[in-house]
Amino acid sequence: CRVSSDGKPPKFQPPPKPVIIDRKTQKEERRFLSPEFIPPRGRTDPLKYYIERKDMIQRRKVFNIPEFYVGHVLAVTTADPYASDKSNRFVGICIQRGGKGLGATFVLRNVIEDQGVEICYELYSPRIRAIEVLKLEKRLDENLMYLRDALPEYSTFDVNMKRVPRKDDEEIPVNKVQVRMKPKPWSKRWERPKYNIKGIKFELPEHKMKAAQKWSQPWLEFDMLREYDTSKIEEKIRKELSEELEK
Amino acid sequence: SITGAHRAIQKLTRVRVVDNSTVGNTPYHRPPKCIHVYNKTGVGKVGDKILLAIKGEKKKALIVGHKMPGPTMTPRFDSNNVVLIEDNGNPIGTRIKTPIPCTLRRREGEFSKVLAIARNFV
Repeated sequence: CRVSSDGKPPKFQPPPKPVIIDRKTQKEERRFLSPEFIPPRGRTDPLKYYIERKDMIQRRKVFNIPEFYVGHVLAVTTADPYASDKSNRFVGICIQRGGKGLGATFVLRNVIEDQGVEICYELYSPRIRAIEVLKLEKRLDENLMYLRDALPEYSTFDVNMKRVPRKDDEEIPVNKVQVRMKPKPWSKRWERPKYNIKGIKFELPEHKMKAAQKWSQPWLEFDMLREYDTSKIEEKIRKELSEELEK
Repeated sequence: SITGAHRAIQKLTRVRVVDNSTVGNTPYHRPPKCIHVYNKTGVGKVGDKILLAIKGEKKKALIVGHKMPGPTMTPRFDSNNVVLIEDNGNPIGTRIKTPIPCTLRRREGEFSKVLAIARNFV
């Protein structure tokens, strides 16, 4: 507002610069495609995967499967004819996601009363009644099987824990926890470069870590026959999904 | 050095007794071991009866969880768990703290007394 003081013209104040928040482009970059939609490399007819995807989309229309990664804490309620109230609730951290198509599975782990329990659930099974994401948190690795050999405090989650509210709808935080392990022997030799684990605090002596590097295969990352470029396939599947889900 | 824990339960596997009976919980210099599995195959899964050697005595027991991954939607435990039982099916202990799979409920007729003392179901 221009208030004239002493009759002189007021000092020129430039207008405030407009702040452009481009939400649309940011959202498009972070679209999530569930890994079980991507067909494996092989010589089978793509028609088979197309039919399977149709069935998966049908199931997703009826039942909401949320976006989740390895390292999230989930609560799954299943229908159980042999349990009281006919339903069964299990809370745990997702250790791995495997399988493609309708047989896609995910393994949840929790430690209840000092006993470690793991359950492998099928994503598209009609017995599942609800999947809730309690804590959104990615980890440094895609396979957390080493939690079996880690101290039990890293796998315990309260059965009655409440949903941790999310501040931004943008990024999923990465938990850079370095997990401490029980003394050896472990179920697998996690220090070897084949597993490429970044989330363990190895308290092994130096000569053992060096000896483990003997099994490294540095030529594997340059092997061209092992490359599987999924970018074009992913775009096609994303288009299909967005068309079908809008119907 | 000791061999790692067996995945399913067969002869000579060391098991963990899970109920609060005195026989199962008093320390002994040898761990309880399976001597026989009452099954056509010698491999015991959840719900099978086995013969255990505990403290120099033979006792029957019921398997309530093993390390071997079973069918999907069933729990897989980090130790081979077992509940001590008598010949007629009555459990010897009075409480089971560790979680028990819901699939045992299918055989309510045989295991009703064991399920009655169980606290947590997974």
